[in-house]
Amino acid sequence: MIIKGKIWKFKENIDTDVIIPARYLNTSDPKELALHCMEDYDSEFVKKMNQGDIIVAGRNFGCGSSREHAPIALKAAGVSCIIAKSFARIFFRNAINIGLTIFESVEVVDQCSPGDILEIDTAKGIIKNLSNDKVYKTNLLPEFIQKVISGGGLREYVKEEIKRRKINV
Amino acid sequence: MGKTIMEKILSAHADTDKFRIGNIIKARVDFAFANDITAPIAIKYFKESGAKQVFDKKRVGLIPDHFAPNKDIKSAEQCKLLKEFAQEYEIENYFEIGKMGIEHALLPEKGLVLPGDVVVGADSHTDTSGALGAFAIGVGSTDLAAVMALGEVWLKIPPTIKFIYSGKLNKWVSGKDLILYTISKIGVDGANYKVMEFSGEVIKNLSMDNRFTMCNMAIEAGAKTGIIEPDEITLQYLKGRAKRPFQVYNSDPDAHYEKIIEIDVSKIEPQVAFPHLPENAKPISEAKGIKIDQSIIGSCTNGRIEDLRIAAEILKGQQVHSEVRLIIIPATQDIYLQAIREGLVEIFITAGGAVSTPTCGPCLGGYMGILAKGERAISTTNRNFVGRMGHPESEVYLASPAIAAASAIAGRIASPEEVK
Repeated sequence: MIIKGKIWKFKENIDTDVIIPARYLNTSDPKELALHCMEDYDSEFVKKMNQGDIIVAGRNFGCGSSREHAPIALKAAGVSCIIAKSFARIFFRNAINIGLTIFESVEVVDQCSPGDILEIDTAKGIIKNLSNDKVYKTNLLPEFIQKVISGGGLREYVKEEIKRRKINV
Repeated sequence: MGKTIMEKILSAHADTDKFRIGNIIKARVDFAFANDITAPIAIKYFKESGAKQVFDKKRVGLIPDHFAPNKDIKSAEQCKLLKEFAQEYEIENYFEIGKMGIEHALLPEKGLVLPGDVVVGADSHTDTSGALGAFAIGVGSTDLAAVMALGEVWLKIPPTIKFIYSGKLNKWVSGKDLILYTISKIGVDGANYKVMEFSGEVIKNLSMDNRFTMCNMAIEAGAKTGIIEPDEITLQYLKGRAKRPFQVYNSDPDAHYEKIIEIDVSKIEPQVAFPHLPENAKPISEAKGIKIDQSIIGSCTNGRIEDLRIAAEILKGQQVHSEVRLIIIPATQDIYLQAIREGLVEIFITAGGAVSTPTCGPCLGGYMGILAKGERAISTTNRNFVGRMGHPESEVYLASPAIAAASAIAGRIASPEEVK
């Protein structure tokens, strides 16, 4: 898949309370969650961003609560990809499980500016910054995780495993 | 070469002999649970998976605790989903209001999570049960749905950082202060993807309640989990509680650690973590005098009986400052009842504090103590992120029950000596 979008740049330690404040967790409806995405950090973010835009952030993106509502809100708001220096581990799992594309790269984050346009080949892990002509190769995910993603995410994996092992039916 | 407690637990639960740090394994799960925020999504995906039943009816827990007792209609609908799912799938460990507690206090108390277990919870503070010598990790809802269906979880075998605490604890220094101090030294991602193993003479002499507090906040350093080797104190705690047999594992003396960090506790004062990160801990001497509007004593971090005893010791015969709201929330019904029996609740109410039924409530800005714009709270909870307890322009300072109680009396952040 090729993703192309404009960068929104955030600082380090963006926590899941900021991504989607707990006061909105009385629902899991993606559309409703999307309305409040990043609200406590930048109350205008959802209005300002366009579908397909990319978030670039410092280290430890998604720290804090395990709420899957955080990647769900970002995805439903139209964020196509998140590139961070590092991810908090539960957010990392959640993003993969719900099919939100993420990459870790210190270089991309350090060398890009807000508003730059990125083009990403997700299968090859190649990120091009079309605004400064730099090209980056990121590390691919471990084989098992790639298999889960290419199969359609963890939900599809579970369905297949139930059928394959003939368990729980 | 020897093994750490984490390596022994995961080896015993892994689907493979190729057991090396960094490898991805599938591990058998001994207990899985979710709450009223995370379970609704997990239930939806579980039902879509085609699974006809949960992997083991005795080993799944559903605990409405975050926005329960129901705070509004939407929350009520979410809690109702848990109840109906529990009925439909005959899940034994569903805890209705009146029997429930905050999940991470409740499950150890009921003997449902045990030493040597692999525990998976759809809540980041699942690491709390590591205090029993279990491998307990927080995940999201989709992961939890997969565990409910398959009884296993995929995970990358993490490296371990060993923390050795030695020296004599100063007055009023608790597990909360040790973990806040530790996070301030390594940062909020200082243990990202890693296990924090807490050890040393100080830990060996620490009560279970204090151990739970320490493991609870390992996630605030980014850790996969916190863990403490079981000992006599652990076994004593489990007497009359454990619902099934369990296996005690210990780390070998020649086990390999990614890093060993030694901490001399005799230099540690009670800690206060300033907004807006748990790593911003400073000694109480540098926090005194900051005016507060609210003091919260409770949560999965510090809502246990020892926490309430310490608060009562300080509040006895005193009055909460006229400009402060003191809210005390026992973490479980059993703790609440014990606090009543010991006369602690009477001390709190006489002092002008409000005592609530168990709930996560204000810790995550749900209800039962939300902050207005510009307000400031001292709290025994675990996070002080922007907007965590209410308005994005409010502030949360994290501390122990002793500091929260003393501050409620003083109307500003204070140590217990100042209000005697």
